[in-house]
Amino acid sequence: MTFTIPSFHLSSIGPWLTLTVTAILILVLDALSPKGRKVCFSWLALAGLAVAAFQTIGLWGSTGTDFARMVYIDDFANFFYLIFILGAALTVLISRQYLEDYGKNMGEYYALIIFATVGMMLMAAGSHLIMIFLGLEIMSIAVYVLAGLFREDLRSNEAALKYLILGSFSSAFLLFGMAMLYGASGGTLFLNDLPLRLGADPAMAPLVLLGVGLLIVGFGFKVAAAPFHMWTPDVYEGAPTSVTAFMAVAVKAAAFAAFARVFFLAFPAIKVDWNMVLWVLAVATMTIGNVAAISQTNIKRMLAYSSIAHAGYLLMAMVAANQLGAMSLLYYLLAYTLMNLGAFGVVILVGRKKDSYLNIYDYSGLGAAHPVLAASMALFMFALAGIPPTAGFVGKFYIFSAAIQAGYIWLAIIGVMNSLVSVFYYLRITVLMYMKPAEADLGPVVFSPALTAVVALTAAGVLAIGIFPGCLYNLAMNAVKIFPGL
Amino acid sequence: MVVPVQYYLALSVALFALGVIGVLIRRNALVIYMCIEMMLNAVNLAFIGFADYFKAVDGQMFVFFVLTVAAAEVAVGLALIVAIFRNRGDVYVDNLNILKW
Repeated sequence: MTFTIPSFHLSSIGPWLTLTVTAILILVLDALSPKGRKVCFSWLALAGLAVAAFQTIGLWGSTGTDFARMVYIDDFANFFYLIFILGAALTVLISRQYLEDYGKNMGEYYALIIFATVGMMLMAAGSHLIMIFLGLEIMSIAVYVLAGLFREDLRSNEAALKYLILGSFSSAFLLFGMAMLYGASGGTLFLNDLPLRLGADPAMAPLVLLGVGLLIVGFGFKVAAAPFHMWTPDVYEGAPTSVTAFMAVAVKAAAFAAFARVFFLAFPAIKVDWNMVLWVLAVATMTIGNVAAISQTNIKRMLAYSSIAHAGYLLMAMVAANQLGAMSLLYYLLAYTLMNLGAFGVVILVGRKKDSYLNIYDYSGLGAAHPVLAASMALFMFALAGIPPTAGFVGKFYIFSAAIQAGYIWLAIIGVMNSLVSVFYYLRITVLMYMKPAEADLGPVVFSPALTAVVALTAAGVLAIGIFPGCLYNLAMNAVKIFPGL
Repeated sequence: MVVPVQYYLALSVALFALGVIGVLIRRNALVIYMCIEMMLNAVNLAFIGFADYFKAVDGQMFVFFVLTVAAAEVAVGLALIVAIFRNRGDVYVDNLNILKW
């Protein structure tokens, strides 16, 4: 018996390799560097991410599969690579000062962020359910550790344990769904083969539906869709703020990348069935997220509920399941990365040393004390609420028009009403900043260069892609051409 | 004698259900963790049963990956549980209630 190793090109997974090597290098340097000596791991991490971004741009436009059909090479994956790299790079920038305040500026933090990014890339490019599972776990395990980074802090402990237990619980559901699909398809797990094989035997229909249902549960947990959202507020509040920012943007983007790829490629034949379920999930997620956010007084918790609500809007794009919907998913996730990371950057700045000021009333009077900071926070809040001319508005516009194009008029109406509700709690922050006097002197805000740069860059980005969305629209529209069924 | 695939599947579903019930009703973090492991093993059993039935090797391959990932997850999970035990002196999830709205 002879074995042949199928040919492969390492360049097609270049970004993964670069990031893996960077992360390992950081770990090794961290172990070798003498105690107390500071090695600039954040710069090393940023350099690795920059090289990976260049490699992704080099891959742009190529299509096909590699590594015995295990990996897709296409612009859908590349677009998501860039979102993850952007999210990770901005997270690295907002982390340094924050971690130093806690005395936790350690090499492994950056290594874990980068390992998580590699996992996300596997999820976005995997063409086999094993790849998607592996990517999901590489990402999740790294993020579990990050959530528990402040080992002595009870809140961080609690957040990490809740995330870990519920995360592995949901992975088990996802896996069981994959096992059911494996059985129903007669022994294949390739996304490309699944549509033909799943329809082959009508007797297997219940097994297919069970599998798809369990997959929805698994992905629903990861994207924080109601009713699987219970962990989100607790974990987002308890985890270190920089990690919360990373979880809210990059982890959600990765989960949606895999969610969209699997459902659009593998299950177009039973679209009617999963569309209905996702319709209900989308409405429930939006409504619960927005209504619960109103009563929050902790800014991190408020942003957690807002991130649940945004998962609802993104699910709406999945329900629409047309080209415009898939495109709006890409656009909105990029816009969301910018506006949410910007908002978390401001939260870290205003929180001052060791997250002392996380209550929303600590924002009162900020407009007078720090006009530019307050203006950028107001901009992020407007963007999250979806007010023009920000990226949030354009993203919501695309999503709602996709839903209308697909005939889901009521879904769009519920979405718009939810946006109206959300304006209340986003604007409350703005009102506090500009129209209320400061309640007490909270001490000076320390503007570290990296953090200031992030807030400035994201604010500029939110405005830029909000005013000129055309270029991104074309890129994203080209990227979603890979889904034949849409 | 060949074991029919339905038997594998029935056992797997039963184990999975037991695991889910365990996670939902038990209060000790360690026991919850064992229940999650049981759910993962139920999945492995389903994969092996199907792989044997279809004579396709993907399922068995998947089991190895699940085992590896489960080991990594347990390493992180136990480390966290130990950290919590050091800070609080117990690992009952009912007592983890600082974060509430």
